[in-house]
Amino acid sequence: MTATPEYVAVENTPLGKKAAGPVGWLDDRLGLAGLAKKNLRKVFPDHWSFMLGEIALWSFVVLLVTGVFLTFWYQPSMSEIEYAGPYTPLNGLEMSQAFQSTLKISFEIRGGLLIRQIHHWSAALFVAAMIVHMLRVFFTGAYRKPREVNWLIGLGLLTLGIIEGFAGYSLPDDLLSGTGLRFVDGLMRSIPIVGSYLEFFIFGGEFPGNEIIPRLYMAHILLIPALLLGLIGAHMLLLVFHKHTQWPGPGRTEDNVVGYPMLPVYAAKAGGFFFIVFGFTALMGAFLEINPVWVYGPYNPSEVTAGSQPDWYMGFVEGAVRVMPNWETTFFNYTWSWNVFIPGVMLLGLMFGALGAWPFVERWITGDQAEHHLLERPRNAPVRTAFGVAGMTMYGVFWIGGGNDIIATKFSLDIYTITWFVRIGIFVLPVLAFMITKRICIGLQRADANSILHGYETGVLERSVDGSYSERHAPLPVNDQFTLTTHDRLPVLEAPVEYDENGVPAPGSRAARARAWAQRFYYDGTVDKPTVEDVDHALEHLSDHDGHPVALGEDFQGVSETGIPRVH
Amino acid sequence: MSDEIEPRDESREIQRREPIGDPGLPEHQYRPQDVDESQARRTERQISAMFLAAALLFVGFCVIYVTVDADTTFLGWSAQNVGFGFTLGTALLLIGVGIIQWAKKLMGDHEIIEMRHPARSSDEDRAEVLGDINAGLEESGIGRRPMIRNSLLTALGALGLPAVFLLRDLGPLPKDQRVTVWKKGMRVVNDVSGMPLKPSDLQVGQLVNGEPAVFFEEDSEGNRVYEGTELLQAKSKAAVIVVRMRPEAIRAAKGRENWGIDGILCYSKICTHVGCPISLWEQQTHHLLCPCHQSTFDLADNGKVIFGPAYRPLPQLPLALDSEGYLIAVSDFPEIVAPSYPELARDQKKLAEKS
Amino acid sequence: MYAALAPKPATAETITSRDVEAGRQLFEIGCASCHGTNAEGIETTRGNNYGPALVGVGAAAVDFQVGTGRMPMAQAAQQAPRKDVEYSAKEIRELSAFVASLAPGPAIPGKEYTDTSKASVSDIREGGEIFRTNCTACHNSVGAGGALPGGKYAPDIRDVSAKHTAEAMITGPQQMPVFSDEVITPEDKRNVIAYVQKLNDQPGYGGIGGGGLGPVVDGVFAWIIGIGGLAGFAIWIGAHGARVKKR
Repeated sequence: MTATPEYVAVENTPLGKKAAGPVGWLDDRLGLAGLAKKNLRKVFPDHWSFMLGEIALWSFVVLLVTGVFLTFWYQPSMSEIEYAGPYTPLNGLEMSQAFQSTLKISFEIRGGLLIRQIHHWSAALFVAAMIVHMLRVFFTGAYRKPREVNWLIGLGLLTLGIIEGFAGYSLPDDLLSGTGLRFVDGLMRSIPIVGSYLEFFIFGGEFPGNEIIPRLYMAHILLIPALLLGLIGAHMLLLVFHKHTQWPGPGRTEDNVVGYPMLPVYAAKAGGFFFIVFGFTALMGAFLEINPVWVYGPYNPSEVTAGSQPDWYMGFVEGAVRVMPNWETTFFNYTWSWNVFIPGVMLLGLMFGALGAWPFVERWITGDQAEHHLLERPRNAPVRTAFGVAGMTMYGVFWIGGGNDIIATKFSLDIYTITWFVRIGIFVLPVLAFMITKRICIGLQRADANSILHGYETGVLERSVDGSYSERHAPLPVNDQFTLTTHDRLPVLEAPVEYDENGVPAPGSRAARARAWAQRFYYDGTVDKPTVEDVDHALEHLSDHDGHPVALGEDFQGVSETGIPRVH
Repeated sequence: MSDEIEPRDESREIQRREPIGDPGLPEHQYRPQDVDESQARRTERQISAMFLAAALLFVGFCVIYVTVDADTTFLGWSAQNVGFGFTLGTALLLIGVGIIQWAKKLMGDHEIIEMRHPARSSDEDRAEVLGDINAGLEESGIGRRPMIRNSLLTALGALGLPAVFLLRDLGPLPKDQRVTVWKKGMRVVNDVSGMPLKPSDLQVGQLVNGEPAVFFEEDSEGNRVYEGTELLQAKSKAAVIVVRMRPEAIRAAKGRENWGIDGILCYSKICTHVGCPISLWEQQTHHLLCPCHQSTFDLADNGKVIFGPAYRPLPQLPLALDSEGYLIAVSDFPEIVAPSYPELARDQKKLAEKS
Repeated sequence: MYAALAPKPATAETITSRDVEAGRQLFEIGCASCHGTNAEGIETTRGNNYGPALVGVGAAAVDFQVGTGRMPMAQAAQQAPRKDVEYSAKEIRELSAFVASLAPGPAIPGKEYTDTSKASVSDIREGGEIFRTNCTACHNSVGAGGALPGGKYAPDIRDVSAKHTAEAMITGPQQMPVFSDEVITPEDKRNVIAYVQKLNDQPGYGGIGGGGLGPVVDGVFAWIIGIGGLAGFAIWIGAHGARVKKR
């Protein structure tokens, strides 16, 4: 440890001498030293998957910066004017000021097109990164106690991000965004009983009205960003308060966090990543065209283009709307448009409801009251992982539905066949995905247990005296063994007491029965980690007569076809 | 392990039950830069080169700003866009990569251990807070003086009223959703050009995207009757398609036998699902497909839905000829156009009573 | 004025009876097996069209179908795809002459449909309006094409010649509806063609486009290039580089 410099009192360092004055001045007034002392050298663990949320954060910053630039010229007005700009194919056409100013930003403001494209790419990345980050949190169980509230805040961020993106998609008032608004209008109308009122109030009259673009603009640049900022602040504060989760490993326990200090390493890594995200989206804006509104033309309710789609994050709703059977009923003199309401409104509610409820449902099933700061490998929670993959499968199948026309043209398929595939697949494929994923998880758990109890295959082939061949196994390095076994042991499942001695159902037994069933389902097939005795026993097998572990024993006779070492 | 020492705390007990004990943080391993000063200096030079290149690229951005004009293209793309984006993006990337390289290669590399504490406060703190809340409630007398509490809650509840009332003027109350601008005798004209249509203009297999003639008319002062947003609003319900098929292919429902003229039929262009304009007409199958959600309507069979999420058939506009032989509407749509809404069933009844 | 623009019967051009006779012979060899010896069409035993009747479809239809390689069809299919042209220009002219001689029908469109060189800015704007109202629903806003049920599709029209585009509008091949000259005048058709040409002559301002396919492709790019690339950077940031033994 000679690299560590000898301790020098900070007052005696050059920086300490210089900084003492300003720091003192500030602290006299703000008293922040107490807070700063805890946080400036706060430790953050290092892992690439912990930086996915950062992509979302920095995309959001890029959105703020580029968005401010766009507001200098964008005009949120639906009044119609004649276009007289440099894009000649549309010259002389009647269009809204919103669309005209979007064209102006694209063709007359130098760098305007680039900033518009960066803004749009960042928006697509913002939502995508939030989802990827959420999947990381889900599959590693990072939402468990004490982080449930932060999970809910994250869901709020995702919801707001999707709404924010949709509002932005609508602002240019081109043919695509108008078609999107038309769809939202239909969606609002489908809401039982109050649908018409919602439409007339939000659009300021019948679709498209005069008001929707100014109102969406207000929501897009003020209301939703403010909410997003507030929630992001809360999200980060809780992250700092809880300290980041970490992967298990030697020296990493539930009681500590091992990593690099915020100042300087993590600040540099995070700050550097901001520039990377900004630079990367700028390059995307330079070379990849997104939303060429001039090609679509201004919105006109009697025009439409093939391939009318929302941005990708609304794609699963679009898919659900496309494949929904045409149900509509009349009850009590009211029309109920299930064909739009179920996929358009209820599906979103169900999805976010299920995601929000999951940490609490899981805790109810497992009965786990402990705090968790070590991440769980997906394989060690097979049912959770399987649920997650089933959900992703469902989402993906809906995506296929949302792009069915593009898929049909690009792969020469029948559009109705794709729709039917989605209609059936939406129920069948998630179940299949669930079963397959759970099997894979359990298989991986067995492999883990196997590599601890039977060591790893060394590739050293031995021929024994009687002529049989075998491969030497050696124990894993102890660090790896520790990492593999650092996860929760399975709880002992007890059948709930259903009847007391008089044969009367115990109070709450229905809930207890349901919980027992859920618990059995949750833990079914899961492989527990080896016990101390298992390991001791295994060590014996992997040891030679003197008890030294690594050298393969003379009684080691290789592995049978089933993978079990033939010993003794 | 036969010693009798009881585990002192929970973590040690867990430790004991764990099959593999924690071997502790592995020994620190050094980077080439920690060991070899010349390596470190090379890395330093690399990082500085990135930062300087970024500065140059920013200058390049400004040069492009003043020298390249909007019409110039580069590889068929806008040279401005590519130039700005390339310089800006690459420079930012270089700054980011440089900073991270600095953090990875030259900044302190020793991992630090920080202890965690449970999120919950101590029992004393909790008790104190509960006590404080209790004292506060007690001193306020909120429990003892229910009248004050309830009247305050009433007042606060009533605050919701102005909030709701203030939103009332967001828009008018729903009205006239069931009617369009079509009326008896209005000519069906070609969209864009506004030309009226004669049956002889249409061949079998023809599709015309039509509008009501009123959209192209001017009032006595020379202003267009429908303009701007009002025009869009009216269009979003009144746009039609006119198609011609062989008369023998049409299976008109009872009462609709004379809604067409020699195989010329007129339907709403607005999908009854969520309102996309539909005009993907297959002239051989007589099917009309919506490009948004693939609802398919059979125009030879009264606009019946044959696939997709739309429930109501496409409303048909009854046609006739005026004295000059042009296509006109016999009335407004007898069925409600555009997407369904809660009051649709009632409105449909009203429409039926009227006709 | 209108009469001057109306399509003239194909026979009025420099088509001789020898062309018609040559066309008849070509027809009997290459087309009659499906369309019948006299182009009267052949019905299957179920009453469906095996090959439709071609009496009255005119020279324009023949020039379009044969001139874009759609006819002769390689195999029975939902829709005849565009492919390599099998007949020479002379043979196509003869085939057209023969079919046009059976009954009057739309002639091969002349310059008034196809000459876009003099199209003004307002002509192009007008063409764009007509294009977005009548064509984009199937062919997409840049003309990249789109899906129809049953594996049918509206083809990509971006590299189709002006003559063939005009012929398609006049004759309504396959599932495409007819856009007669009375409703969409020859001048309108020329303006539509001019708009599509102009649109596709524009530089790709923003960079590599998704082939005009819209947000689906944007989403694919965002995930694969965007998230893929940035996750790659994250992996690099999180990776522990080379380590050495301290001397």
